[in-house]
Amino acid sequence: MADTTIDLGTTAAKHEEAGFLGFTRAQALAFGVLVAFVFISPFFLYPVFLMKILCFALFACAFNLLIGYVGLLSFGHAAFFGMGGYITAHTAKVWGLTPELAILAGGVVGSVLGLGIGWLAIRRSGIYFAMITLAMAQMVYFFCLQAPFTGGEDGIQQVPRGSLFGMVPLDRDFTLYWVVAFVFLAGFLLVHRVVHSPFGQVMKAVRENEPRATSLGYRTDDYKLMAFVLSAALSGVAGGTKALVFGIATLVDVNWTMSGEVVLMTLVGGLGTVFGPVVGAAVIVTMQNYLAEFGAWVTVIQGVIFVACVLAFRRGVVGEIGNLLKVKL
Amino acid sequence: MIENLLFELEMAAPQVILGLVNGAFYALLSLGLAIIFGMLNVINFAHGAQFMMGAFVAWMLLAWAGIPYWGALVLAPLIVGAFGVVIERTMIARLYKLDHLYGLLLTFGLALIIEGVFRNGFGSSGLPYAPPAAFNALNIDIPIMFLPGYRVWVVIASFLVCLATWLVIEKTKIGAYLRAATERPELVQAFGVNVPRMMTLTYGAGVALAAFAGVLAAPIYSVNPAMGANFIITVFAVVVIGGMGSIMGSVVTGFGLGLIEGLARVVYPEASATVVFVIMAIVLLTRPAGLFGRG
Repeated sequence: MADTTIDLGTTAAKHEEAGFLGFTRAQALAFGVLVAFVFISPFFLYPVFLMKILCFALFACAFNLLIGYVGLLSFGHAAFFGMGGYITAHTAKVWGLTPELAILAGGVVGSVLGLGIGWLAIRRSGIYFAMITLAMAQMVYFFCLQAPFTGGEDGIQQVPRGSLFGMVPLDRDFTLYWVVAFVFLAGFLLVHRVVHSPFGQVMKAVRENEPRATSLGYRTDDYKLMAFVLSAALSGVAGGTKALVFGIATLVDVNWTMSGEVVLMTLVGGLGTVFGPVVGAAVIVTMQNYLAEFGAWVTVIQGVIFVACVLAFRRGVVGEIGNLLKVKL
Repeated sequence: MIENLLFELEMAAPQVILGLVNGAFYALLSLGLAIIFGMLNVINFAHGAQFMMGAFVAWMLLAWAGIPYWGALVLAPLIVGAFGVVIERTMIARLYKLDHLYGLLLTFGLALIIEGVFRNGFGSSGLPYAPPAAFNALNIDIPIMFLPGYRVWVVIASFLVCLATWLVIEKTKIGAYLRAATERPELVQAFGVNVPRMMTLTYGAGVALAAFAGVLAAPIYSVNPAMGANFIITVFAVVVIGGMGSIMGSVVTGFGLGLIEGLARVVYPEASATVVFVIMAIVLLTRPAGLFGRG
């Protein structure tokens, strides 16, 4: 079993005695470390850099919900991320929405887009699912290239950060950081909650043995679609938050290379682990940050990491640590 | 009235022909993908990068070794195919026992590496590669349009190679082994056929097809590192539409979708980039297994 399918820690069930928020003891400890890091790091590190990590961490968590728990590899998540960014940027700049509503709008549009694409894509599984999501996302890319509101090649620039609830101005990076941190932690806990709900159990059953889940009376397509929509919505939120942080929404975020990047982050951190996507996002964003001066070599290095992970390092960073400590993280 | 019609034709014909040329590339690329997928169960995400490599090798052969187009048409697929064989032996072969998705992820990583290396070496702007003047003899110059002879050649060459591939797979003994190994690899191995070697050579052949398409494309599109990435996603959609069950299916779908894309450029230009994806959506709704797919 472990040899023939993506190793996603199939021993989940026996660890699921209810602890704090449904975390096992090791996970609760890791979560404590994560929260501590989120709270302490802005005092030492550049907040914009940290906010970028948090946005991508949320994006990767949303992606991991699909590949890690339903077993569906989407190669088109950039569509939701990028479109969320465009919608948030547009509603904040042109409609003058407050930031929380603009981000929400990004999430809503992401979920609607997810409903459409997911509805088509769940008709096939495995490799075809990946190709269909990739193709549909490319269609969204061409739409964004041509639609007037996205500003084509220029994107939407100078997006105002606005004031939270119309009261707290977010122009200072340090203030905005706490909003982004809240969005990330809320999204992270939501994914965790969903995975540990009865709904999440059925999701995992679909991943392990879909015909069996069907025979038990579950409409597996509905579960896949719901997971897909949820994942798309969170990706939209992540993209919208990123657009607010940087004040810009461009074609880069909706391009297929972005879909590849989120796959890479999740793979590096560990597919199907709780904390893997966060670690993977931090690793990749940090790497891009420090290697930016090397230009196109960043692509090559990302490719090498991809190949190395697939050939020798399939559990990812968190998966390997968990394996070493014999806990599920 | 007739003048009007002639004018319409003059507008439409070049686009439709351009669509047919694109279709020739879709057919060659989706054919290679289908062969590789049939035998290895791997979707070769590096197919676009290998297509681009074919074009670059042709350019290098001309610029550095003085080997002209015809030599490149034979040599470039062999060189890139050999590269594919090495890739298969050293990397892809380790993944057969794992989930198929890992093959996709690995080849995606390879595509990033190949494209990045070429971008570093040659920059993002294109390199010119002129077709031999001999093709001017094939120029079609009729009242409604002028068609460069090279494009005529591309359609003919693509069609002939697709036909030859189909003949090899359906009508020869090697093809029979191949089809048998696709269905029941263990059984064929038990008969004493070296299946792992067949898989290696199949991958090499699929990659060589991509490189051949790359050489054909070099004089039409400028030789640049992104030329494969632009094609490959559309080709994935073509593969989903055709279904990967049949060789002929992927050829017919490739040419057909190229034509439809060309027609879309005449009727509603904004949709030409997305029409293939829309058709994919419709096919998924009506025949999820693809037009020529099984099961």
